[in-house]
Amino acid sequence: MIELSPGDLARIRAHGEATYPEECCGILIGRTEKTASGNGAVLARVMRLVGAENEREDESRHNRYLIPPEVILRTEREARAEGLDVVGYYHSHPDHPSRPSDFDRDHAWPGYSYLIVSVREGRARDERSWRLSNDRSRFDEEPIRTPEPPPT
Amino acid sequence: MTVLIQIPTPLRGFADEQSEVAVAAATVGEAMEQLVTRYEGLRPHLFGDDGKLRTFVNLFLNDEDVRYLEREATPINGDATLAIIPSIAGGTVAEPPAAARAEELSPEEILRYSRHLIMPEVGSEGQLKLKAAKVLMIGTGGLGSPLGMYLAAAGVGRLGLVDFDVVDESNLHRQLLYSNADVGRPKIDAAVERLREVNPHIELTPHPVLLNSSNALEIFEDYDLIVDGTDNFPTRYLVNDACVLLGKPNVYGSIFRFEGQVSVFWGAKGPCYRCLFAEPPPPGLVPSCAEGGVLGVLPGIIGSLQANEVIKLIIGQGDPLIGRLVLFDALRMSFRELKLRKNPDCPVCSENPTQTELIDYEQFCGVPAVAEEPVLNDMIDVTPTQVQSWMNDGRDFSILDVRGPQEYAICRIDGSTLIPVAELEGRLAELDPSKLWVVHCHHGPRSTRATNILRDNGFPQAYNLAGGIDAWAVEVDPSLPRY
Repeated sequence: MIELSPGDLARIRAHGEATYPEECCGILIGRTEKTASGNGAVLARVMRLVGAENEREDESRHNRYLIPPEVILRTEREARAEGLDVVGYYHSHPDHPSRPSDFDRDHAWPGYSYLIVSVREGRARDERSWRLSNDRSRFDEEPIRTPEPPPT
Repeated sequence: MTVLIQIPTPLRGFADEQSEVAVAAATVGEAMEQLVTRYEGLRPHLFGDDGKLRTFVNLFLNDEDVRYLEREATPINGDATLAIIPSIAGGTVAEPPAAARAEELSPEEILRYSRHLIMPEVGSEGQLKLKAAKVLMIGTGGLGSPLGMYLAAAGVGRLGLVDFDVVDESNLHRQLLYSNADVGRPKIDAAVERLREVNPHIELTPHPVLLNSSNALEIFEDYDLIVDGTDNFPTRYLVNDACVLLGKPNVYGSIFRFEGQVSVFWGAKGPCYRCLFAEPPPPGLVPSCAEGGVLGVLPGIIGSLQANEVIKLIIGQGDPLIGRLVLFDALRMSFRELKLRKNPDCPVCSENPTQTELIDYEQFCGVPAVAEEPVLNDMIDVTPTQVQSWMNDGRDFSILDVRGPQEYAICRIDGSTLIPVAELEGRLAELDPSKLWVVHCHHGPRSTRATNILRDNGFPQAYNLAGGIDAWAVEVDPSLPRY
């Protein structure tokens, strides 16, 4: 399961709309916890986002995105300094379903959440989150929970 | 040397939940190998099936990206820290649009594709992927015939065809899309008609154009996948480069005489045609099928292998021929496989390409993609009618035929001397340099080369018969069979 604030989810959707027809992508920072159910399932709790510039400068930009490793290394260090970690990544699929492609599967690790938002004709539609199975054979969907933050 | 390898958080479950693992190693590659030997579960997430580091996995030795050092050969001096960092790539290429994917198969389609549907590797999901797929075939000749038939029959939802040629009688021994009645018709018309008979459930989109640098990207844009069934180098390089620029897979096949090649070139996932052949061969060195011949069944085999790869890529099953080149030899009946590597300096598909748009491919290859009307060179070319008038005038001259003996057996000009062009330089002593010579081959390219050889070797009166024996048969002697 992945948990993020309604505000962060809205920001991801807005990021996808802003970069349409190109993909957007970003890093999910937070903590990974075991769920209360005790069945080994994990909860990725997203505390904040790092939106990334789309770094790939070529004509296939609308269907490829890339966060270079230097950016990930830096983001990971900054997160760890706060006691947090990278828990996953988000990206958009312009005019495609919010389902991972084979290419996504080849470029993923288990243990991360991969949140995909489908953007059709410039409007964010649905979002789904996925985790790669340990044998790399498939992505399993995980529920997205967006609790309201406690009132201050 | 001891190196402390930092395990990425999501992969710690594969390394006993440790955040760091210390190993003793002399190079980065050795350290990684020790790590995955100790924690075998990590291996598939760091290394691909080919044993190489996955492309999105990056290694930083003491905060320096080893790509800019000596990659896996980077030595480890003193105590060091090695971080494993992903780069994030993803994409939606070849993912059929949801609208088409959501479509259902009609009862007629279910019956038609039932032998696909009952196999778990294809099933309804695979068949719907085929239905949603958009495949562009370049060429509807020898390779295009089986390709078109099998892709149409398999239910590829939209099949685009590019061809500008007309059906010729000499096509019929191998191009099974066409029959006698089609001779003289545009191939693309006859092909669309035939493929519609094969499968009325699919959409066929003809592109009756000469593919070139100004229209290729626009045509390719609408398709998921391109199949190269061309017979010339300018178009082959054009197709490759356009596919790399658009990030689309290029299912490549080529044939010559008894041998064929197949591969899947996909710059985003592996090598491209340019990684294999950076430069085209010198013009004239590699003869075309028209010059060198081709076994009729060969394109049937190679085109079917291409269709097989296309379908695998669409349904996402099996091991595609990315990074592998299959060589088929019909005489030995053998298949060989060569491993292909991505050229890190490839001008089009490397990380820092030097060519980022399409170029003039005819100039690049030094040959036109389509045989042009020969431009007569007064100094060296003579026309069949000129030679005929020499004959009528009783002029003293000799004819040198530089074709192969098999061609000579098909037809010849009476009284000609046969020396295949490849043997010419070694057999010049058999010819009298003081005589007037008319040199010919089938259409002209080989005899132009031969005439230049003669001129260079003291035959001042050597002339090339423009258009070869084919033009001779048309203009002078209709009793000669054409081939």
